[in-house]
Amino acid sequence: MRTAEANSGRRPKAGGSGGASGSGRLLVRFEAVTKRFSGSAAVERLSLDIHEGEFFALLGPSGCGKTTLLRMLAGFETPDEGRILLDGKDISGVPPYRRPVNMMFQSYALFPHLNVEHNIAFGLKQESLPKAEIAARVKEALALVRLEGLQHRKPHQLSGGQRQRVALARCLVKRPRVLLLDEPLAALDRRLREDTRFELVDLQAKLGLTFIIVTHDQEEAMSLADRIGVMDHGRLVQVATPPEIYEQPNSRWVAQFVGDVNMIEGKVVSAGADGALIDSAVGRLRVKQAGDAKAGDMVAIALRPEKLRISCEQPASEENRIAGQVWDIGYLGDMSVYQVKTDAGVTIKASTANMTRLIERPITWDDRVWLSFDADAGVVLTR
Amino acid sequence: MSTQSGTWRARLVVILPYAWLLAFFLVPFLIVLKISLSQTALAQPPYEPLFDLGAGWQGLKDFIAGLSFENYQRLVTDSLYLDSYLRSLTVAALSTLMLLLAGFPIAYALTRMPRRIQPMLVIMVILPFWTSFLIRVYAWINILQRDGLLNQTLLALGIADEPVAWLASDTAIYIGMVYSYLPFMVLPIYATLEKLDESLLEAAADLGCPPWKAFWLVTIPLALPGVAAGVLLCFIPIVGEFVIPDLLGGSDQLMIGQVMWTEFFSNLDWPAASAVAVVLLCLLIVPIVIYQQMQLRTLEGSR
Repeated sequence: MRTAEANSGRRPKAGGSGGASGSGRLLVRFEAVTKRFSGSAAVERLSLDIHEGEFFALLGPSGCGKTTLLRMLAGFETPDEGRILLDGKDISGVPPYRRPVNMMFQSYALFPHLNVEHNIAFGLKQESLPKAEIAARVKEALALVRLEGLQHRKPHQLSGGQRQRVALARCLVKRPRVLLLDEPLAALDRRLREDTRFELVDLQAKLGLTFIIVTHDQEEAMSLADRIGVMDHGRLVQVATPPEIYEQPNSRWVAQFVGDVNMIEGKVVSAGADGALIDSAVGRLRVKQAGDAKAGDMVAIALRPEKLRISCEQPASEENRIAGQVWDIGYLGDMSVYQVKTDAGVTIKASTANMTRLIERPITWDDRVWLSFDADAGVVLTR
Repeated sequence: MSTQSGTWRARLVVILPYAWLLAFFLVPFLIVLKISLSQTALAQPPYEPLFDLGAGWQGLKDFIAGLSFENYQRLVTDSLYLDSYLRSLTVAALSTLMLLLAGFPIAYALTRMPRRIQPMLVIMVILPFWTSFLIRVYAWINILQRDGLLNQTLLALGIADEPVAWLASDTAIYIGMVYSYLPFMVLPIYATLEKLDESLLEAAADLGCPPWKAFWLVTIPLALPGVAAGVLLCFIPIVGEFVIPDLLGGSDQLMIGQVMWTEFFSNLDWPAASAVAVVLLCLLIVPIVIYQQMQLRTLEGSR
């Protein structure tokens, strides 16, 4: 019920109609920011613009520097080099308690000695607002995260999901210019995480706030964000909308980090407007998305498993046709993933949605099969 | 079968400590209680009536008839006892306050030290326990006496013109108390502050709270269980303290521990000493129960 309700209010995401990237005013700018911890760089000469009203996700493996970046914006870490601008002003010297930025901590960091109401009111009391206004805004925030009736509970009397909402309300009630979320859903179990995801998107759309979320979960980043910044070793590897990140990764690393992918290494035979012809271990393949690949380059073709067709009959077209044998089948309920060992000895994954109830599979272990894909299904990666 | 023996083993684990407490705490207390209801006598042991098992039912009746609350009446009527109780409570309260004022900053400073040297610093707090308590108090006599280290230093620095009579004064008692009980104040406070989640202070800052205010709004409230434990761990034994006031203090005003000692050893009045002890225990049960309740609540809270 909750999910359906949230779904209906969901706005069109970026990549569809009118993504937020570039549409809003520039709000946060990182300018060649570097941060080192005992010699090694956690963030290295990183530049990034984030716009007003945007839902931005910093995605990367643990230790890639994404949390450090967030903490620098919150003011808990100071950049060693570079500047951070908020609304065009350098905020390097501003202590965290004077920044119009609020952070939701991964551990939630709820004050254990204060009840829900006082936790949420904490930030407003620091602004010395009149009591009546504080009470009204706390009430509003409680309603926003649907925690009415729980205001007198202490944090240890709440469930994980409720705690997460209190932490969120405590930030939102401050009406920050930017809301920072450090792995906001990591502590929740799967079902709750999915529901909360939709709620976050909904909230952000409703309030028109700028959200920056840090996550290592690519599914989370994809479903939440207008734009994703993929980070590795303190650098931004790619900044793009979720569909672009998924369909047009700019490097082997991004393709492999986001989603499941087959990497077929090969050498470009010819490249043109029509795409590139690549000689690989599984034969000559044609890929339309060739980027700046030139004849003679060693490249990788990134092919998502769901974009490969698998069949027992030989496809009519000779193009992008690979013969092999089913090595293993992963049955996931909604879909099945086939590991196919090609005649050339390369293992390629192909997945199909299980549209009918597959009690008896048309394709089973050790079957001879054909894999095929359209020329625009894959992408050539030079890096 | 195996679960049967399992529950028996589990029961034994519980029964053993209780049996220990019964044998070495409750039984001695009952003996003291019984002596407090007796009268002094020039005998061995120096009180009567004695319970004679051989006299049977009549013996028990005689024994009970012989008991009286006379000693307790004396505690109330003779101002010596009342004054000593009051003095003990005052000294304990003041000492505890001083200990808190000295102990909290030490504990807080410990938690701010680099993580890897913290264990060493904690050991330094406990280090005095390696030496006998009595010897350490004697050492203070040495420091505080007329030509002791303290006076020598004060004279050398020109702070005092002539030696100050530190010994046999309340100042000496408070110095001794604060010195001896400091670890009992520092350690529980350190233990709670050390567990304090750093992100709570960051959250406070994030919500617009400057560091000094976060100290009052977050650190202090969360340190309270440790403060309460430290206060009670100091207050309770200080009320009954004997060695420090006896060695460092004057003889004009006595703490209740000294009164008890005098009754027992000098006056050989075991019943009076026992009555003093029983009343003291009753006084101290209140804070002990409070302490227990608090421990229970923190246990529940952390769950």
